[in-house]
Amino acid sequence: MTTRLIYFAWVRERIGMPEEDVDLPAGVETVADLLRWLKSRGEEYEHALQYPDVIRVAINQEHVEHGEKIAGAREIALFPPMTGG
Amino acid sequence: MTSAVVPVVRIQAQDFDVAAEIARLTQGRADIGAVVSFSGLCRDEQGTLSALELEHYPGMAEAEIARIAAEAVERWPLQGLTAIHRHGKIAPGENIVLVVTASAHRHAAFEAANFLMDYLKSRAPFWKKEHRADGSEGGWVEAKEADDEAAGRWKSSD
Repeated sequence: MTTRLIYFAWVRERIGMPEEDVDLPAGVETVADLLRWLKSRGEEYEHALQYPDVIRVAINQEHVEHGEKIAGAREIALFPPMTGG
Repeated sequence: MTSAVVPVVRIQAQDFDVAAEIARLTQGRADIGAVVSFSGLCRDEQGTLSALELEHYPGMAEAEIARIAAEAVERWPLQGLTAIHRHGKIAPGENIVLVVTASAHRHAAFEAANFLMDYLKSRAPFWKKEHRADGSEGGWVEAKEADDEAAGRWKSSD
């Protein structure tokens, strides 16, 4: 299944694109797995996800923790801590 | 008796009119005893900042603020609630965010507005980038731990 990944703020700038569609390999089951897998995809990803603990994640537009399962996610967004308001 | 409050949530590039938004909540009603409004503005940081660029997650920004607003309506006896957040390039002195709460008494209105702002700062998907007055790249504003702590104090034990 294809999953849409969306990036914001410095995560978007470092990866070098606002979004992409990916086919997640077997074994990528949680948000933490996804971050680990993405980080291995090249130096842009390595730069963006150097400190995975600070990356915030939303699945289908709702905040989730890194332990969350990603099965069935249509849209997964990765971004830095928010600075609105 | 209070009817169900439907919060007004807007994400927009254009400015808003604080007085008009307050009037929208109160006009034609005689049961509201307290209105609290909070406006967040762009500061110039002692003249070093020329603008803030606010990036947002379209769709989720509306959804997340609506979730926060729904929680406020559940926790306090409100008679009206409006939350507006701007995106795009905003110059010093301009509005960024507005929260208006209306209630029969002041405590609910004050507390709900405070809660909304604390949660909005730590959970609404917006990111600020600075544009410096000297033309140099300012970079992304860093999240403050104090904002997370401020949101944490509203967590109920249940």
